[in-house]
Amino acid sequence: MSAGAVGRAHPRLEGPEKVTGTARYAVEYPLEDVTYGWAVPAAAVRGRITRIDPDPALAVPGVLAVLHHGNAPRLSPDVEPELYLLQDPAVHYRGQLVALVVAESIEAAREGARQVRIDYDTEPHSTVLTADHPGLYRPEKVNPSYPTDTSEGDFDAAFDAAEVRVDATYRTPAYHNNPMEPHATTAQWRDGRLLVHDSNQGSTAVQAALAELFGIPRDSVRVISEHVGGGFGSKGYPKAAVVLASLAARQVDRPVRLALTRQQLFGPIGYRTPTIQRVRLGSDADGRIAAICHDAISQTSTITEFAEQTAVYTRSMYAAPHRRTTHRLVRLDVPTPFWMRAPGECPGAYALESAMDELASACGIDPIELRVRNEPTVDPDQGHPFSSRNLVACLIRGARRFGWGDRDPRPGARREGRWLVGTGVAGASYPARARASAATATALPDGGYLVRINATDIGTGARTALWQIAADALDVPPERVTIRIGDSDLPPAGVAGGSMGTASWSWALTRACQELRDRLGHHSGSLPPEGLTVAASTADEIRAQKPMARYAYGAHFVEVRVDAETGEVRVSRMLGVFAVGRVVNPTTARSQLIGGMTMGISMALHEEGLLDERYGDWVNHDFATYHIAGCADVEQIEAEWVAEEDSDLNPTGVKGLGEIGIVGSAAAIANAVRHATGVRVRDLPIRLEKLAGSSSFT
Amino acid sequence: MREFRYRRPTDVDEAVALLDADPDAAYLAGGTNLVDLMKLGVQRPDLLVDVNRLPLGGVEPLPEGGLRVGATVRNSELAAHPVVRRDYPVLARALLAAASGQVRNMATTAGNLLQRTRCFYFQDTGKACNKRDPGSGCAARHGQNRELAILDWSEECVATHPSDLAVALAALDAVVEVAEPEGTRDVPFVELHRSPGEHPERETTLRRGALITAVRIPPLPAARRSAYLKVRDRASFAFAVGSVAAVLDLDGDVVRDVRLAYGAVAHRPWRAYRAEAELRGRPFTPELAGQAADAELAAARPLRHNGFKVPLIRAVTVRALTELAESRR
Amino acid sequence: MQNRSGSASIAGDERSSRVAFTVNGDRRELTLDNRTTLLDTLREHLGLIGAKKGCDHGQCGSCTVLLEGRRVKSCLIFAVTLDDCSITTVEGLAGPDRLSPLQEAFVAQDAFQCGYCTPGQLCSARGVLDELAEGWPSAVTEDLTGVVRPTDAEIRERMAGNLCRCGAYPHIVAAIRETAGER
Repeated sequence: MSAGAVGRAHPRLEGPEKVTGTARYAVEYPLEDVTYGWAVPAAAVRGRITRIDPDPALAVPGVLAVLHHGNAPRLSPDVEPELYLLQDPAVHYRGQLVALVVAESIEAAREGARQVRIDYDTEPHSTVLTADHPGLYRPEKVNPSYPTDTSEGDFDAAFDAAEVRVDATYRTPAYHNNPMEPHATTAQWRDGRLLVHDSNQGSTAVQAALAELFGIPRDSVRVISEHVGGGFGSKGYPKAAVVLASLAARQVDRPVRLALTRQQLFGPIGYRTPTIQRVRLGSDADGRIAAICHDAISQTSTITEFAEQTAVYTRSMYAAPHRRTTHRLVRLDVPTPFWMRAPGECPGAYALESAMDELASACGIDPIELRVRNEPTVDPDQGHPFSSRNLVACLIRGARRFGWGDRDPRPGARREGRWLVGTGVAGASYPARARASAATATALPDGGYLVRINATDIGTGARTALWQIAADALDVPPERVTIRIGDSDLPPAGVAGGSMGTASWSWALTRACQELRDRLGHHSGSLPPEGLTVAASTADEIRAQKPMARYAYGAHFVEVRVDAETGEVRVSRMLGVFAVGRVVNPTTARSQLIGGMTMGISMALHEEGLLDERYGDWVNHDFATYHIAGCADVEQIEAEWVAEEDSDLNPTGVKGLGEIGIVGSAAAIANAVRHATGVRVRDLPIRLEKLAGSSSFT
Repeated sequence: MREFRYRRPTDVDEAVALLDADPDAAYLAGGTNLVDLMKLGVQRPDLLVDVNRLPLGGVEPLPEGGLRVGATVRNSELAAHPVVRRDYPVLARALLAAASGQVRNMATTAGNLLQRTRCFYFQDTGKACNKRDPGSGCAARHGQNRELAILDWSEECVATHPSDLAVALAALDAVVEVAEPEGTRDVPFVELHRSPGEHPERETTLRRGALITAVRIPPLPAARRSAYLKVRDRASFAFAVGSVAAVLDLDGDVVRDVRLAYGAVAHRPWRAYRAEAELRGRPFTPELAGQAADAELAAARPLRHNGFKVPLIRAVTVRALTELAESRR
Repeated sequence: MQNRSGSASIAGDERSSRVAFTVNGDRRELTLDNRTTLLDTLREHLGLIGAKKGCDHGQCGSCTVLLEGRRVKSCLIFAVTLDDCSITTVEGLAGPDRLSPLQEAFVAQDAFQCGYCTPGQLCSARGVLDELAEGWPSAVTEDLTGVVRPTDAEIRERMAGNLCRCGAYPHIVAAIRETAGER
């Protein structure tokens, strides 16, 4: 491999299209005779629709159709309850999309949606997660397939006997993914075949779901997702928009563009479940942890079970002979929670990494030293060896780069004018996994190469990274390689999610490229006009992986300043140091890591779904009232990584970057706020009124 | 959004007559709030009377001192005006603290003053709101009300006025010039907005169809030392959780004159007359500023989620006045 | 102010209007439903998909374009109001053969990930550069009557109306600062 494209910074391949406004997203393809959909949300929380009157909507000039459970094309009930849309009159949560207006224009569609009259029979509802909810139950497993509870040793006895104990409950609210591009689809049927341009994180899964829902062969469905305006988990599986648009296009026999409104992204597309997490740590006076327990409560819906793996983070992060984790769920009359950037690990790490900081304070030792002292030699959960574990390297390098050594550990000790200043640290980890994928590589007669895989670039830089990896695997300059992704006609591949994208896709691509090189080595004469193509699939190879603990690690360092009078918090500095295996493209890697950290600022300080239990929905369902971090909230932020070679991962040695940047970041901020003010915030977000106890707030 | 007719009158009389003739008509200026509310279905005018091209622009210094600001002067243009920057920092600061650069380029002086509350329940037609739908109830009274009023609210409405500019104008004793079918008149700014009482749907003292044509800001030399402090949940691009506009005129240590107004605490921009009375004629100290704020906030009746606003407004009052006092030394 | 009646009763010829304006230097004349925003006009009627719909309520900045040279949110403007106006979208920022320095800086600094907010960021940044050059103050300008400089703090504040969920903010700031330095 002499080309050496991997590891070299390269601007995104699609950069010029993105800065000139020519990159096309899901509802931006030119079409004749296009129509527009507008979804209608349920105004009831729990119950059933007794009557739908579409006539006032149909009277709106330009409205073509109103789809609802009484007239929509039938779907298979066996695919996924969430996608069984417009099929029955049941209402499971307020905001459920229960009808769809199709019109000649966006304006008519919007007004039509407002005019659909719906009557409901309603029942009492329960929408608020509480620690003593009578509906709490123990799910069979937690996502994706972890045991619900784990226990080793005797936690209770060891905790009781511990010299130093932390017993704290942390709460996180509902978080809404809010990719900038809403869930959006253009759907068209031609001769029994369905073509959709869709905003998703993996169109192979969308293709499969649509084929099953409509009862047509998979190859009668094509899903194109060339450019995707973010997903953060919410587009990791087909959601309402693509199904509704496909239903509507079939009904009106014309192409339909449907983009959910921003308000409709607060519910129907999933969200991060609120959590209530009790963490208990028992240690000796030197901070050596003997007992660790993490009990997590979260919610699911009455539609389907979504059991977030909140406490799984604690199973493998720090050593302790006596350990226990549990998960409990409540079925509420709410939308089904779904994946959001590091589902489980993100809220779980907020709790555990905050508790670690509390333990460090209680023991009077440095929080970095505390983590070093509790570094396990093998995975404490399964006993497997780590493929690589460089948490300590991240902590040490970060401490040096951040200037941690000068830190006065006393809370509230540093004041600069109106500001109380503090610093905080937190660890982070996220599994490094891979999913089976297929790819092809083609040598063309003109000396070029074409590699094809149905990967999706949702902004991660996957297109560029895979192109670099393919070039190295082919041992040619990258300029000779063309990459095609984002189309279900390409070889099937897993989603851009779970930090598995590049690991999974590059694996298949590398195998295809290696095989092609072999074949070319034995090929004599010129290539046929269509070139020479080889295909590869990694299903067997991934299944045969030996059991090991494979994780990315990281350490966040944060400096905050808190207005001593108003309680306003600003993140002055943030440094993340990560151990993520091999970094393919430092440019896009840095962006992705910083992006995760920025979402961590947002989580720590801004984001909170405010539920009104009387209405059963989040009242702050737009960008004016559900704040995400803006440009002015991100002052100095840096991400870097330690050199890490890990030969037990995948051919490229990558661990994935999508989630690790957010894991632990909110804890580092909360820890810094505690250092600045002496106030420990155990319920996010850190709103200014929660710092009312800081020194001079009166 | 309901279909609507569109008119672009060329003079003020024509605009006023168009509004007067149609109970479902609305003026369209910058559109930053109205278009939003029309999309939400909160406002459903059948006629939009576009006032953007009426001759209501321009910022003119007045012969007796002070400024006359045309109704359609954009917020960004006003904030960048050299006289505003020099003579009325409180006004420039309030404008610059509001919304975003794009919105400030669109939003007009008059439109800013007439913008409507950002209460969650007002903006969601699926929820009870007396302001939007008189008689439907106030879901905010016992709902998510952290952002809402602590002063002067009624059982019918606990909304706050969202404008930053209005807080500064309240402090500056501005005057609003209004065109009505009967002619023109001046309205003291502090009398423009109403308390919610039993009729929160009536937000101003203007009659239907009235058009604000200009805002006059009187001369106030002391305003060269003035401040607008805004506390919000994000570093920028967020409505105030609480804000304070302050003008302080000291004679030595003694408060000769003071103007104080609060934002995000009531249904209207809140001129803090009681606090001003506590301060006037006494030697300024931060402690006195705190006592003055206490006097004003004694009437506060916090809602379930916004009790923190009382100490917050107090602290910001002390900070604003103390910083102004120190800047004099 | 409010009216809760249904839609109806507007005569067909009053629902729409003829409007003519200039987009990226090209004169455009069309008949539009009065309700059509500038954003939807660009995207659905003129094939200019650069300006994005992120929230449709002026809360995200993805739809930012330049109107008479000033940055505005195209989702909050009815196109019918724009007779004889001049609009520049992201499609109009580049020269005929090459990207503008600002666009080049965005690519070089990796000032975007998913790219969806990017056209709005670019148009907003273009407006910011002009506002800085004209000496407009911002909320973080210490001396309101002094000279305004394109510091990181100034750029961050001025770009606060353009949300980016991918978190490209520091790179956006770097790209704008770099471009400001060239002027």
